[in-house]
Amino acid sequence: MSSHSEIAVTVNGRRYREAVAERMLLSDFLRQRLGLTGTHVGCEHGVCGSCTVHLDGAAVRSCLLLAVQTDGADVRTVEGLADGERLHPLQEAFREHFALQCGFCTPGILMAAADFLAHNPAPARNEIAEMLAGHLCRCTGYAPIIDAIAAASGSGAE
Amino acid sequence: MKPPPFRYVRPDSVEEALEVLGEHGEEAKVLAGGCSLVPMLNMRLARPEVLVDVNRLEALSGVACDNGSVTIGATVRQAALERSPQLRRELPLAAACTPYIGHFVTRNRGTIGGSLAHADARGELPLALVTLGGSVLAQSQRGQRSIAAEDLFVYHFTSALAHEELLTAVHWPAAGPGWGYGFAETAQRHGDYALAMVACALARRDGAVVEARLGLGAVADRPLLASEAAEVLVGQDLGGPAGDGAVAEAARLAAAAAEPFDDLHASAAYRRRLVAVLGEQVIRAAWESASGTSGSAG
Amino acid sequence: MSGAKTALGWIGATPHRVEDEALLRGRGRFIDDLSPVPGAMHLALVRSPFAHARIRAIDASAAAESPGALAVLTGADLAAVSRPLGAVIRGAAEHYAAAVDVARYAGEPVAVVVAGDRYLAEDAAELVEVDYEPLEAVLDPLVAAEAGHVVSDRSFRYGDPEAALADAALVVRGRYPFGRWTAAPVECFGVIADWDHAADSLTVWANFQGPFTLHTVAAGALGLPAARLRLVTPPDSGGSFGVKAGVFSSIVLAGLTSKICGVPVRWIEDRLEHLAAAGSATHRVTDVEAGFASDGELLALRYDVIEDVGAYLRAPEPATLYRMHGSLTGAYGVSNVAVRNRVVCTNRCPTGLNRGFGGPQLYLALERVMARGAAGLGLDPAEVARRNLVPAESFPYRTPTGALYDSGDYAACLNDALDAADYRGRRQLQAARRAGGEGRHRLGIGLACVVEPSISNMGYISLAETAAERAAGWPKSGNAEGATLAMNPLGGVTVRLSTVPQGQGHRTVAAQVAAQALGLRPADVEVQSEMDTHVNAWTVSSGNYSSRFAGIGAAAVAEAAERLAEKLRCIAGDVLECAPADIELRDGQARVVGQPDRGVSLRRLAGAAHWNPESLPSGLEPGLAVTAFVSAPNLDPPNEADEVASSAAHGFVVDVAAVEVDTVTGAVRVLDYVTVHDAGTLLHPRLVDGQILGSFAHGLGPALLEQTVHDDEGNLLTGSFMDYLCATATEVPPLRILHRCTPSPFTALGAKGLGEGNTMSAPAALANAVGDALGLSDLDLPFTAPRVWERLAAAGEGGDRP
Ligand code: FES
Ligand code: FES
Repeated sequence: MSSHSEIAVTVNGRRYREAVAERMLLSDFLRQRLGLTGTHVGCEHGVCGSCTVHLDGAAVRSCLLLAVQTDGADVRTVEGLADGERLHPLQEAFREHFALQCGFCTPGILMAAADFLAHNPAPARNEIAEMLAGHLCRCTGYAPIIDAIAAASGSGAE
Repeated sequence: MKPPPFRYVRPDSVEEALEVLGEHGEEAKVLAGGCSLVPMLNMRLARPEVLVDVNRLEALSGVACDNGSVTIGATVRQAALERSPQLRRELPLAAACTPYIGHFVTRNRGTIGGSLAHADARGELPLALVTLGGSVLAQSQRGQRSIAAEDLFVYHFTSALAHEELLTAVHWPAAGPGWGYGFAETAQRHGDYALAMVACALARRDGAVVEARLGLGAVADRPLLASEAAEVLVGQDLGGPAGDGAVAEAARLAAAAAEPFDDLHASAAYRRRLVAVLGEQVIRAAWESASGTSGSAG
Repeated sequence: MSGAKTALGWIGATPHRVEDEALLRGRGRFIDDLSPVPGAMHLALVRSPFAHARIRAIDASAAAESPGALAVLTGADLAAVSRPLGAVIRGAAEHYAAAVDVARYAGEPVAVVVAGDRYLAEDAAELVEVDYEPLEAVLDPLVAAEAGHVVSDRSFRYGDPEAALADAALVVRGRYPFGRWTAAPVECFGVIADWDHAADSLTVWANFQGPFTLHTVAAGALGLPAARLRLVTPPDSGGSFGVKAGVFSSIVLAGLTSKICGVPVRWIEDRLEHLAAAGSATHRVTDVEAGFASDGELLALRYDVIEDVGAYLRAPEPATLYRMHGSLTGAYGVSNVAVRNRVVCTNRCPTGLNRGFGGPQLYLALERVMARGAAGLGLDPAEVARRNLVPAESFPYRTPTGALYDSGDYAACLNDALDAADYRGRRQLQAARRAGGEGRHRLGIGLACVVEPSISNMGYISLAETAAERAAGWPKSGNAEGATLAMNPLGGVTVRLSTVPQGQGHRTVAAQVAAQALGLRPADVEVQSEMDTHVNAWTVSSGNYSSRFAGIGAAAVAEAAERLAEKLRCIAGDVLECAPADIELRDGQARVVGQPDRGVSLRRLAGAAHWNPESLPSGLEPGLAVTAFVSAPNLDPPNEADEVASSAAHGFVVDVAAVEVDTVTGAVRVLDYVTVHDAGTLLHPRLVDGQILGSFAHGLGPALLEQTVHDDEGNLLTGSFMDYLCATATEVPPLRILHRCTPSPFTALGAKGLGEGNTMSAPAALANAVGDALGLSDLDLPFTAPRVWERLAAAGEGGDRP
């Protein structure tokens, strides 16, 4: 039998205290235990990027983390990105630029881009593309996503 | 794709971690950034009994610079190499290869120590450490030892670390005056494991190379030093009339020194070819960057 | 401003997508987000590690004892309560949801484990011991054809190809293999199945995309009358590109498991399973001959095609082979064509729908011989294309193989593309560089002119049978779709679609179309995208494939909305005391034309219809709900001469690709890529461009990067996203898109499908560009740097030359 641990974790500002199987992936914990199904799972080996969330402010793959590792940590998911009614500027830009189709890759890209822009407020297009290369989107061909991130960035370059 | 059962341990101190490793030996695995280990767990290609999470060990998270060397704790994230102005200044070669390690998000989590201990023959940081002639510090309950980079990488995914040993810190020779660096790799896609990569560090004084090191990655079962190739550069003015010949000869010898293999993505012959092409490129970049006082890598 | 109404109203406007708010907030509802039944147990599948092996024994005893495991079922257990999956033609091995006795591809399910969660299910699956006796595996289509694994062999002849080839000044011959690749949506398959033993019926929630012909196939395998298989799709699906048609066999597997175990079950496919066993495009080898007159006129085409459909002939295969049958002559006005089609089975995963569906394979062969023909005649490929394009005045144009091309101005599109790409300038640059003795980097320009069929004729697949066999069965034809529209008592409108969107924005466009007819704003229209076979208006052709939404899906909405509008006009005419024909619906009002102050709000009319049916004009049916079905015209069954109108609408795409090949490293860099589309009326131009960009990325993939590779034993070498190389943001070059518009006379709104064109054209254009750069006629896809370099080295070029 696998062992369980009790963890206390803050997710999108809300405190949770949960007993989790030690092998449970953070992605499964968020989706199945907390019902935060905005975090998507597309590969479970760290390539597609759709499971990306923030752990203590840094964008990480939730399929490559164990839930138990987040004990005491602060997690933010796509559900926590908007400021209540008001969409995050990235979310606005994605809508404006038609940067999503099926929307499955979108939450992971939004979370990665939010952290990326925090470190690179005015990225060039090729820098955005290199960041985005860590995410698979099979719908959009990427160009509209690059447009949206550029628009939401300080550079505002289209 | 769910991990098999294991016991998760989060030690509060290095001593405690070493104790667990000592007790479980081969059955224990150190969990650092998890970028390589967790996919293997999810695919059930690794099935440790115990997972030792070292991410919270303060003692492994520091950075110290003194006397021409930089000591980086094992769990310092790869992203630090691109974001810390100090590390970028002191370790231009490591900083230059960092953007090629996985992706923005994985570098947030992936650790420097983890990628060295993982000993992937296609790893950028193993190549950088070998090229610079750095070393790692390994601790176990029996004490600690320093392992030179060249001895650390035994073969693909196998390091010289014993099962009960924990890689705690990495020593990097810092950039000195007159040194220049170059790094280049070719991969199928941005962020993929390289098909071949080459790194060069050289010291330039009075218009000539006085010392050179050339490292090859992804073209053998471990990162290689192409010493014979590097030797050709010493004493040469790479900007002068004989420079082209020396660079080409060094690149040729580097390609000859590679021990590449065929795989799904490319043949051994192709990888060897890349070594020659990339070799010329990085030697020139190192030469150029050595002209300034502080090296900026190409 | 984005989203403003155009002069034509909401059609052609670009409002924000109604889908986005929820998706951006992480509130989409994808299959794995749903818990429609409590207590569903999780499945993990035991899959064959061998491409071909006899299953001597399965020992599930240890697995059954594994903590949390409820049951382990073998393929034989499932087969005992089911029938094989129905196939279009006979001859291939019987296909059950899981292997019985023999496993025929690596990744084929051989046993199913049912457990409390996926972790426990995988634990137990590891304990299932299967005793395999490996058998010889056949992996290559040519070998399979040699070895007699041919399940269908049909030859077709139109005009007099032999004579035309004999008369030709130049005959170009080539072999063009198109390897397997897969569209790989980011979301994998998911099925939740709940067998009701009391009612002997099955309810399944699955991210299936249609066509609903496959609902019938699934019901047949389950042994259920179709009315007792209730299939529900979630509102959101994480992309499909055809692939999720293949979910139907997993619906059978999960349904049978629920039936046997007496519990609801949930199967969420993981990525390794998806790449190994979900399906892929076919592996096709095309031998082609093209005869040209000395002035470049294309006189005849002869194809000899061998198509690997994998271990089983899974429905709707061999459709990949026949989807393009009406368009075998592409965009060219040639009247002599012959084709031999052989379908072979191999020990690889069964193939299925995949973006482009037969188009990429056809056009690679056709467009390569067009370019080579031009080269052979010393003519410019653009001139040869122009010489042969179907002229604008000949539409509607009947192709020799039976398609009826609706409309277009192909030559004008070609001109647009050549201008935009500065074709002449690039050719001059290329000539100058060649004259100077080309160095390390070679410039290449490639052209592709492709007809993009949409709205498939449900009857084309029956071409796999002879005319006599067809005559003995039931004819199949057409392509229909239904939609339901209702106005509630407060005047709000709901639409229910059966087009099963996979990300294309059907809800947004349906709202535009309905708003247009009813004089409302799109925001007043609420569109439901869930398919529920017990609720929706659907037919066998319903679903999301053959780029059919704009042409037929939206047309069903338009028709239903028009009928509702007609009814509202009748009621309003009664209230306003004028003829219904004098009423216009505008801005939420029914008004007398030309008298803006004589009107009544739709809200009031709706209230009257619901609350006061006695007030309705006599003869008018109460209620404000309309279900309409529409069918695309001209889609007859194949005729005795084997001619078929395989699609209802035909868009046109011209691509011009400029590349530079580094002969030292083999790297191919796309310098510029221009695409010109004529897809008729554009319902939402921003969504249109989104489809084109995505379709381009999916065409670029197999051209430059992506390939599903098995080794000689049939082991999958591209089994994870580490090795199956999906193009990322750094690999997809910028695409320049231009439009022309000749509305289709055959679709209600004049729109044609456009979601697959560049997937069809990009491999051909890039192959022509790389071929042009290197002067090589026989370079196989994908053009990865190592492969190009190997080929150059073999030709004694590049290779060791610095
Ligand atoms: S699911 Fe985590 S990266 Fe794909
Ligand atoms: S929008 Fe569908 S995968 Fe990106």
